Amino acid sequence: MSVLVFIEHHGSELQKGSLGVLTKAATLGDADVAAVLVGGGVKALASEAATFGAAKVFVAESDDLEPPLPQPRVDVIAKVAQENGYDTILLANSVLAADVAAGLSARLDAGLNWDLVDIDADFTGKRPALQDSVYVDVGWTSTPRIALFRAGSFDASATASGEPQIVDVAVELSEHSRGAKIVSQELEESSSGPSIEDADIVVAGGRGLGAPENFSLAEELARALGGAVGATRAVVDAGWYPYSAQIGQTGKVVSPKLYVALGISGAIQHKVGMQSSNVIVSINKDANAPIFEFSDLGVVGDVHEIVPKLTELIAQRKSS
Amino acid sequence: MKIAVCVKHVPEGSSRIDPGSKRLDRSGEGALNHFDANAVEEALRLKGDGDAEVVVVSLGPAKAADSLRKALAMGADRAVLVSDDAAAGSDLVATSKLLAKALERENTDIVLFGQQASDSDGAVLWAAVAERLQRPVVSQASELSVSDGTLHVKRQTEFGYDIIEAPLPAVVAVSDAINEPRYPSLKGIMGAKKKPFDTLSLADIGVDAAEAGEQGSKTQVLGLGEPPARGDARKIEDDGNAAQQIVDFLAEKRLV
Repeated sequence: MSVLVFIEHHGSELQKGSLGVLTKAATLGDADVAAVLVGGGVKALASEAATFGAAKVFVAESDDLEPPLPQPRVDVIAKVAQENGYDTILLANSVLAADVAAGLSARLDAGLNWDLVDIDADFTGKRPALQDSVYVDVGWTSTPRIALFRAGSFDASATASGEPQIVDVAVELSEHSRGAKIVSQELEESSSGPSIEDADIVVAGGRGLGAPENFSLAEELARALGGAVGATRAVVDAGWYPYSAQIGQTGKVVSPKLYVALGISGAIQHKVGMQSSNVIVSINKDANAPIFEFSDLGVVGDVHEIVPKLTELIAQRKSS
Repeated sequence: MKIAVCVKHVPEGSSRIDPGSKRLDRSGEGALNHFDANAVEEALRLKGDGDAEVVVVSLGPAKAADSLRKALAMGADRAVLVSDDAAAGSDLVATSKLLAKALERENTDIVLFGQQASDSDGAVLWAAVAERLQRPVVSQASELSVSDGTLHVKRQTEFGYDIIEAPLPAVVAVSDAINEPRYPSLKGIMGAKKKPFDTLSLADIGVDAAEAGEQGSKTQVLGLGEPPARGDARKIEDDGNAAQQIVDFLAEKRLV
């Protein structure tokens, strides 16, 4: 068995999700595990990536490849997989990686199973379906197999030591991979203080807070709990809270010990960003809100009534 | 300009997986995947008052015609349904092949998708179809415009926004934040019945049955299991004492 893991980076930071997948790959029996990095300046990141379980790191180093577009990555990974005979390609889900995985599936005529939360050494994957009410065991009928994992499925842990073998990859891009160009980027400013991705406790607010100024409810509760504040796409789009706090498919993916959802309905866009939290507590007026389906404690009630009392009780408890 | 919108007919209400076939039970009522309504709306918006043609394309059972008619009622000009018993159970490899074949016949400038399928949570099909069509692809589009044969897309990612340009023809998946889909008017619903509607078999699109359905798929469902228990999930109604109950719960979990 030989496994190739796509490692995504942003700037000089390797993405935790893909390092988690690499960590998992290293536990799959006696599989030969390699990583692949694509972009400008990635060669400098290769050794770090390898410590998460890759003996070999393929590096397609080029500034032209740095913009986070999927199709050039399909060209690179398809070439690496074909020339070296990798029978399994693993990716951690992201806006970029999902498009890379699907492009590879079509390019290599290779089966893709997505939204997996686990895989075993026999290459049987686990995929939650129907709002996570069923866990489906999925497999592949031929190689290469491609698997795309749900964010937060595996913890990243650096275990390997020793210098990896680094292999340079030069790729002639296909014509259709050269079509799309990123002409500018509006990246969020990095905020000071603990990031919501690293916080043990996250208090997030949604539309149900009613007005931007009511985000103070979330902020005060977060302060009392010692946590960070998150927000849904709806309120970020509405300008109530900064983009850097957005949790969801097109935002941060968090898996804190405690997630408190205030006035959040639990749309799929939001759910994918927080569903792997250890404990989820939600407060929402609407008894039918989807968030209750994946909350450990669901409270049907008014956030404006409950949250100030909750904040006070927690503050009292901590000071006593 | 010609725009194709790929849409999916998804089961309505509570879904189940058939234990025999291990496929999603599609025998009940269905509806247009609501994420695809955003793609239809965007196509209609791009068309505006211009002379672009909007064709909606679906792969599915005969009943998928209902969802295509809804898209026609919203304002699309024409519908194509690829429907064939041999196509049932197609995975991404097979589905993208079939859809690409159907789209090749249309030769459109833009192919639009919604951001995901609400039944399978799949959010990958466009990139596979784009690869088969050998066209540029952009996903998570939260703004879209076309000028002089170039597509301008604002893509939302985990890190912010990318402004992306791509030459036509291209494939785009729109985010559900891009617009508010219109509701079909009564006039639209009546008019939809007279709009051109083609139903095609695999033979019509030139795909061999061996490349479709389970035969043409490269993934399989091996079994169905229970999800891991989420502890003892509780739901309470606030009777004025919810704050204290939450604190007790957090204390029990050693979180405060």
